[in-house]
Amino acid sequence: MVGGLGEKKKRPQRYWEGEEVRKPEPEQVGPPDSKKPYQDGGHLGKKLEPGRRDQISGKKRPQQYWEGEEVSKPEHKQVDLLDSKKPCQPGVHVGKKSKPGGRDQISGKVDPFPGPAVISDEWVQKFRRGTKPKEKGKVSNKQLRHKLALQEEKAEAAAKQAARMDLLLLEEPGFLEGDEGEDTCTITQADIADAVDLAAGAKRFELRLAQFGPYRLSYTRNGRHLLLGGRRGHVAALDWHTKALLCEINVMETVTDLAWLHTETMFAVAQRKWLYVYDNQGVELSCLKRFHGVQRMEFLPYHFLLATASETGFLQYLDVSVGKEVATICTKGGRLGVMTQNPSNAIVHLGHSNGTVTLWSPNVKEPLVRMLCHRGAVRALAVDGSGSYMATSGLDRKLHIYDLRTYQRLHSLLLPIGAGHLDFSQRGLLGAACQEVVQVYKDISVCPSKKPYLCHALPRAAQGLRFCPFEDVLGVGHEEGFESLLVPGAGEPNFDALESNPFRSRKQRQEWEVKALLEKIPSELISLDPGQLGTVDTISLEQQRQERVARLGYDPEAKGKFSPRRRMKGRDSAGSRLKRKQKVAAEEQRAAIRKSLAEKGQVQEPESPPEAFPASRRSALDRFRK
Amino acid sequence: MKVKVLSRNPDDYVRETKQDLQRVPRNYDPALHPFEAPREYVRALNATKLDRVFAKPFIASLDGHRDGVNCMAKHPQSLSTVLSGACDGEVRLWNLMKRECIRTLQAHEGFVRGMCTRFCGTSFFTVGDDKTVKHWKMEGPAYGEQEEPIHTILGKTVYTGIDHHLREPVFATCGHQVDIWNEQRTSPLCSLTWGVDSISSVKFNPIEMYLLGSCASDRNIVLYDMRQSTALKKVILDMRTNTLCWNPMEAFIFTAANEDYNLYTFDMRFLDKPLMVHMDHVSAVLDVDYSPTGKEFVSASFDKSIRIFPVDKGHSREVYHTKRMQHVITVKWTSDNKYILCGSDEMNIRLWKANASEKLGVLNPREKAAMQYNQKLKEKFQHHPQIKRIARHRHLPKIIYSQAKELRIMREARRRKELNRRKHSKPGSVPLMSEKKKHIVAVLK
Repeated sequence: MVGGLGEKKKRPQRYWEGEEVRKPEPEQVGPPDSKKPYQDGGHLGKKLEPGRRDQISGKKRPQQYWEGEEVSKPEHKQVDLLDSKKPCQPGVHVGKKSKPGGRDQISGKVDPFPGPAVISDEWVQKFRRGTKPKEKGKVSNKQLRHKLALQEEKAEAAAKQAARMDLLLLEEPGFLEGDEGEDTCTITQADIADAVDLAAGAKRFELRLAQFGPYRLSYTRNGRHLLLGGRRGHVAALDWHTKALLCEINVMETVTDLAWLHTETMFAVAQRKWLYVYDNQGVELSCLKRFHGVQRMEFLPYHFLLATASETGFLQYLDVSVGKEVATICTKGGRLGVMTQNPSNAIVHLGHSNGTVTLWSPNVKEPLVRMLCHRGAVRALAVDGSGSYMATSGLDRKLHIYDLRTYQRLHSLLLPIGAGHLDFSQRGLLGAACQEVVQVYKDISVCPSKKPYLCHALPRAAQGLRFCPFEDVLGVGHEEGFESLLVPGAGEPNFDALESNPFRSRKQRQEWEVKALLEKIPSELISLDPGQLGTVDTISLEQQRQERVARLGYDPEAKGKFSPRRRMKGRDSAGSRLKRKQKVAAEEQRAAIRKSLAEKGQVQEPESPPEAFPASRRSALDRFRK
Repeated sequence: MKVKVLSRNPDDYVRETKQDLQRVPRNYDPALHPFEAPREYVRALNATKLDRVFAKPFIASLDGHRDGVNCMAKHPQSLSTVLSGACDGEVRLWNLMKRECIRTLQAHEGFVRGMCTRFCGTSFFTVGDDKTVKHWKMEGPAYGEQEEPIHTILGKTVYTGIDHHLREPVFATCGHQVDIWNEQRTSPLCSLTWGVDSISSVKFNPIEMYLLGSCASDRNIVLYDMRQSTALKKVILDMRTNTLCWNPMEAFIFTAANEDYNLYTFDMRFLDKPLMVHMDHVSAVLDVDYSPTGKEFVSASFDKSIRIFPVDKGHSREVYHTKRMQHVITVKWTSDNKYILCGSDEMNIRLWKANASEKLGVLNPREKAAMQYNQKLKEKFQHHPQIKRIARHRHLPKIIYSQAKELRIMREARRRKELNRRKHSKPGSVPLMSEKKKHIVAVLK
């Protein structure tokens, strides 16, 4: 372990801190794939450390008045050591410092960081929406063209601003690297828990609950609360950060699945017969008898829909904000024991015993997509956060990765024992539970890896597997309890407090709930492409135009006859106007002929005169050749 | 082995004391904000609905006149002062803040036909049916003094309108002819005529101040140049134009309120075709006034409603009416672009918000930001059918509603007839006539 890694950073680094302390270059640490948005090739080819800057620039920087006493302070060194690892520092401006371009200030000092911090274009690309219109001259209306250009400019500025906000992010993602020749999958959980700081190490824990297992689990969207349900009726809700128990009940019935609803105050439990909703005190709020024999549940947080899959093959949607059943679909797919949702478009994926995976929206009674994925039955499904990759595993012991944009298989792995449970983490790690062994794969959607990233053996077979949002934690429920595993690099380090805040107070939660309910997306808007709503509806535009033409009896947008514009005095003779008119007419005629020829398929390339010899071997004597 | 596991210090995320604001760390990564388009759509829908919920445009009614309000004038300096003249010759000054009448004077016998304020705001002019032009002080007479005009000009004919130059002590009246007056003299500097008919209104261009526009009852709009004391050109329309108003931001654009229920926005350089025909009223349009931004104007109509039109749109964005408001004769858009005043037949002056759902009073910055955000969302999704339906919906009095329907049917029938006629006659013999060109009879120079 590198010294100081475990310690907390007190505050984001100020721009001057990168320069204050002269220290030999610390050991380069950091995840190999760590983002370096501000490292622009133009300014700094190689990352420089504060201590080496002066040597490189060749001259010693005059000492600033505030530096004298601060250099000697050891705790500042510590801060600097930590901060210098952060890649997105304005410190990359170093190269500019010796440049003469610095802006002079009133005091006579030169601004060491003139202009705004440089952001690389790839980094801004992450925040851009849509694609830029390619043909600029296509818009004939001058005002509209100007308006569109302005809009583009604004969108670009917004993307830049959002990219610049990354400077203020507090946390860095976790990582795990083995020593030379050491595989990360050989590192045990105990090693990791020992190596990290106390607070992080406390996230590795086990609950021995041998009596009522096997356990299924669910995390809230902000990753703060955990819900455990044993098949034999034991249901427990807890704030797992503080390990405070919210409630613990026994429903005295078989529990097949359970899920948190939109906040930590309510959860749904699928029991032997019906679906029940409890609050966080364990009080039964409602019993939904229309939902019977539920096997799996998924909560769609932005639509406030609880999707349930039953043993009789029904897919049902419950709107939890009004308590109404939105849709009931008979999938005709037999017992539905495999279900997941695509978090980017709220489409429900169901796995069937004949090896197919079907995609459902509540608005359509037929599956949107039906994919044949396995030769045997499908055992588990998972869709990653961006909604572009799907992992499936089947009875044929294979693990397939599909691209959901093309519905094609990217890779497949043959596992010794097929995976019974799959889950993607926020940063794209894939967790797979194969009986007693839990494996975590890294970058599986990019390249198939032979070895897992992490491996862990459970005492008994796993029954549920979920990554905790915004934490490097994988929760696994098995027959004898629950285990919380540390998976460095699994969780998104920086949350957005307006979306999901693990540290929110009661008031904040209440306010968030009201806001979220106000912008509940109607279930009618669930479709394969959620961005469709923001695009131009060309089909109905064209339809409207045709209707208008039919109504008016003529096309009001049709081009009229060409009438030449008035030119300046002297160039506006009748002759020249006629000439211009004829030119346009001839051009139109030519275009029409070309079009009709193209329709017939008779377009002939204008033939170049046949060349006897290539140009390189031409000689002066060629002119006498016949 | 090198390892780092996420471990957040709660001190970075939780406020220190209860007096602090809650910390709200943001991350704009699009991956953390799924369903962008549907969520924005729902927000836009909510904003549009709230817009209609809060649309309470009527603010106050100023009563006191004992006859129909015939004309109004804005004070050039004071936002809270407005002047109005009634059909019984009474002129009243109002304080809009207190919503009360601050001064009353009997200016004329018979109608007060027109009134305007001087640019300095210390005095105003009225013309009336008693063939006089009177110049009044803005301030009332001192105790014991009599209410008397500064000047009175006795004319030979009835004056029907008046407007003052914006910089110089010159004003123009109209009646049988357009007269240009100097304040110091009792006879006009020059009289402008073109044709013989009476002229109903005259307006100075607020930018090119030597330009005048007037509308005469022989269906034409005439433009004059004060410098050469002749008329520039005129355009003859299908029906009579009641008033016109110049765009305060674009010197060459004016809008005319016509008897044929339409308003016409003209570019004065190209009078042969209006820039836009604004149709929505179901009766004659009696008055029009531009907003100070020049983007919109308000029109008053005989159909007991006022409408707000964007300059570049053919249909109104807003219609105001109340049960008690009768034929609206005069309308003004206040100089702060926030309110609309209308004077109507039933002796009241009404004060409306220009933006029906606007919240009045001081807004705090978060409110302001939320308003702007909502405004942008509404703009972005305005073409979606459901949002468009909600945003367009207005309740109309039964008369206006049914009359609009009738007009629509008539227009449709006429169009169909023309279509059939074109279909069954020689090609080219029944030419297409655009709505803009249809109403222009001739342009004369």
